[in-house]
Amino acid sequence: MGKIVRFKNPPKVISVGTVAGAKESEGRLKGYFDLCDKSDKFGKKTFEQSESEMQRLALNFALKKADMSPNRLDAIFAGDLMNQCTGSSYGLAAFSAPYFGLYGACSTAAEGLILGAMAVDSGYFDTVATVSSSHNSSAERQFRFPLEYGSQRPPTAQWTVTAAAAFVLGKSAIAGNAENEKGHSCIGEKNGVCVKITEALPGRIVDKGITDQSNMGAAMAPAAAATLYSYFKESDSSPDDFDMILTGDLGYDGHAICRDLLIGMGLDLGKGFSDCGILIYDRNTQDTHCGGSGCGCSASVMAGFVMDRFKKGEIKDVLLVGTGALMSPSSVLQGLSIAGIGHLVRLSAR
Amino acid sequence: MTNAQYKKYADERAATSPVLKNTVKAFLIGGVICALGQGLLYLYMWAGAEKQTASTLVSVTLVGASVILTALDIYDSIAKFGGAGTLVPITGFANAVVSPAIDNKAEGYVLGVGAKLFTIAGPVILYGTLASVIYGVIYVIKSMVLGIV
Amino acid sequence: MEMFFGFLKAFAVGGALCAVAQVLIDKTRLTPARILVAYVCAGVLLQAMGLYGRLVDFAGAGASVPLTGFGYVLAKGVEKAVDSMGVIGILTGGLTGAAAGIAAAMVFGFIAALIAPSRPK
Repeated sequence: MGKIVRFKNPPKVISVGTVAGAKESEGRLKGYFDLCDKSDKFGKKTFEQSESEMQRLALNFALKKADMSPNRLDAIFAGDLMNQCTGSSYGLAAFSAPYFGLYGACSTAAEGLILGAMAVDSGYFDTVATVSSSHNSSAERQFRFPLEYGSQRPPTAQWTVTAAAAFVLGKSAIAGNAENEKGHSCIGEKNGVCVKITEALPGRIVDKGITDQSNMGAAMAPAAAATLYSYFKESDSSPDDFDMILTGDLGYDGHAICRDLLIGMGLDLGKGFSDCGILIYDRNTQDTHCGGSGCGCSASVMAGFVMDRFKKGEIKDVLLVGTGALMSPSSVLQGLSIAGIGHLVRLSAR
Repeated sequence: MTNAQYKKYADERAATSPVLKNTVKAFLIGGVICALGQGLLYLYMWAGAEKQTASTLVSVTLVGASVILTALDIYDSIAKFGGAGTLVPITGFANAVVSPAIDNKAEGYVLGVGAKLFTIAGPVILYGTLASVIYGVIYVIKSMVLGIV
Repeated sequence: MEMFFGFLKAFAVGGALCAVAQVLIDKTRLTPARILVAYVCAGVLLQAMGLYGRLVDFAGAGASVPLTGFGYVLAKGVEKAVDSMGVIGILTGGLTGAAAGIAAAMVFGFIAALIAPSRPK
């Protein structure tokens, strides 16, 4: 038996919702988010509360688009970067759906999609939501310096994305049968084919001994490369079968390392190989150094930009390797190395 | 690739800071802050302060200026350009005191503002004081020996 | 003219102390907090060796404004306190010397925290 999880009844992506902050609304993917708040505050007093509010808003958008009431959700899989995942728990409590809190660092979006898809495909649940977020200000406060502290960021540093995204996954596109609900459609419906999660390859923890907190791309690149390598070794598909192969948030440096590691192993992923952290910002004008990072990075790029391309029928098959750097402020202070993980999901509209 | 090899590989590929450019900028900004301090020193001495009092007043003034610039969201922008030029002068110390204090207001005035105010300044005061006490011991011994001799 | 050289010396010496720290940050990835601690301790050490006072005489604010100057004030305070009060000066001298700077940072910092909002970057 191979390691790739091939879903028997691939769960459909029913709807998505995205919320983003100021810098994201000025980046290369402006216009792809449902809501942007230029103040980054989302009407809340603290940035931690803002992050929770972003998760609530993102799931609200997704449910609204599917014309679904929250009590139709059989479960929510959600996570963020804050201590004890409070961004998710405070933000999603109002939906009063069964809730699983996840921590996969920045790979949480992909981790949630894998677990959500498994839960639906296995038949235990009909409809689930996966939500993840990061907020630049709450992450800076927790992992780096106070916001007003004057310091120079090294060139390898990445910029934590302020964004949240929610995916609603369902067994079927027409699961809704309650009165006053239209029954949810799915993404890609207009083109006649729903976007589905067809395959997954859960990542393994890879620790190559990187200790530099401001070079997370290098810490995560080997994990992403390992997952992609085992996927293509086992899969019948070749890189050419995919319109896009995206890593989560390796950034410019990390992505280049990942590409080179794979070429060294004899695997060239070609032109469709990019990184959500590279796509989201404009490197030349936004002072974001190596690109975006954080749970909200791959989540919002997938839910905003990639899903939009699916809707328009521009793409049919996408691989996402959600990348995460597994560490905490204490582990960094204790000098422990930063391990990486890369969770792969395949989204297909074939 | 072993971990050591990978670490070396990653370090070699990592974009490096433009050291020369950064150093020149740090020199300029740090120099300007110190020259400003010198101007204040002249001003206070002209106003009649003794040299040591004037020097203390200079520190207090620069600390005040840095606190205001930090509160107005300006100091970190200067620091992005000036790097160590804004870190090393006493203005950098003041910035390190104010910025966590502002940041942690939501966590309350005792364990938020009160405790976090010393996140970066605390170690500076601790090790500075520790060094001065060690020096004090040496200084006392030295004075005693010299006194006897 | 003397004043002009005063400015120039303050600029050059203060700038140089900052430039050294910048090289340390970029080359060794020492964190800013460690740089500050190292500079304060270096100031104490240099005064213990009888050197920093001379640099202050030469460069004025160029030597007293950088954090090494903070260390110098601590060391100088100890010298003064020991001379006037004896052994107890070991403990009282340092913080007495640096009291104005520390108190100013604490008080102004607290007031700023009362007023200023936390802003996103």
